[in-house]
Amino acid sequence: MRADTKFIQGIKSGLPIALGYFPVAIAFGALAVQAQLSWIEATLMSVIVFAGASQFVGVSMLLAGAGAAQIITATLFLNMRHLIMSLTVNDQMRHFPQSWRNLLSFGITDETFALLTLGGASEPQGKEWTPCYVAGLMGTAYLGWVSGTVVGGLGASFIPQEITTAMTVGLYGLFIGLLVPPARKSLSFGLIALVSMVVNSLLGLILDSGWAIVLATILAAGLGIVLVKEEA
Amino acid sequence: MTVLILIIGMAVVTYIPRLLPALFLDRFNFPAWFQKWLKSIPYAALGALIFPGVLLVEKDQPLLGLAGGVAAFILALLNLHITLVMAGAITVVLILQFYIF
Repeated sequence: MRADTKFIQGIKSGLPIALGYFPVAIAFGALAVQAQLSWIEATLMSVIVFAGASQFVGVSMLLAGAGAAQIITATLFLNMRHLIMSLTVNDQMRHFPQSWRNLLSFGITDETFALLTLGGASEPQGKEWTPCYVAGLMGTAYLGWVSGTVVGGLGASFIPQEITTAMTVGLYGLFIGLLVPPARKSLSFGLIALVSMVVNSLLGLILDSGWAIVLATILAAGLGIVLVKEEA
Repeated sequence: MTVLILIIGMAVVTYIPRLLPALFLDRFNFPAWFQKWLKSIPYAALGALIFPGVLLVEKDQPLLGLAGGVAAFILALLNLHITLVMAGAITVVLILQFYIF
């Protein structure tokens, strides 16, 4: 397939993420303005951080009066799960030039990771990935996030809380919609997902949610060592 | 100015965990067991991202998030396109918010 076709395919794949991001980013922009950031600062944060959970936590901590060092430390720990996700994604980008891998690693979020790895049979898998496809997917998601931040930052809080809540459920819908079809086909993977939910719930009682997710992912995926059959 | 330092600091600590695997992966050829672990990561990660987080979309109303999650689950079982699964979950939560919760 030609490069531009791959790029367009990536854009199409990224659209659901962008649609999910847009309203959530509006909420982020509005919250950032409440925390005394200008809309330009809020947008800059979305442009160079591009991590929803971290940005919400950062701005909420700012509102609560936390200092920069505290916020940056919290962000670092919150993002440890991206290390594991990036490991998985980069393992499938081994055939990309180094500079592309460095750039595209910036675009790894919970949602782009989910779509890239579990996008289904209609999406290119692993070795069929090209830089254009991954860039199209991530770029679309990125535009949704950044443009939503601008709208939220400028328009502040014209969106009622109920709408924001419902839109957040939309991103969970994305995860669930991606997880269910392949988990149905393979009992092992379905079981791994279920075990991870249970482990995460239990760890959540004693750890903060960022670490609980990291540990649950590492542990539950460990089941795969026993359950997953050898590659043909 | 402090805000600018904060934003740049957050950007740096967010990029580092994403970048590290890109820099060092080439030096490793993973054994079979590690590849099985890697293959399982998406399922484990999504499981952990979904639950119990979906219950907390509205902090005081765990049933609201649960209803959205169940709606998404049913629509996903029907093999609907991901956009429709998302739209279905959103619609269910909107309706519940305005009429029940």
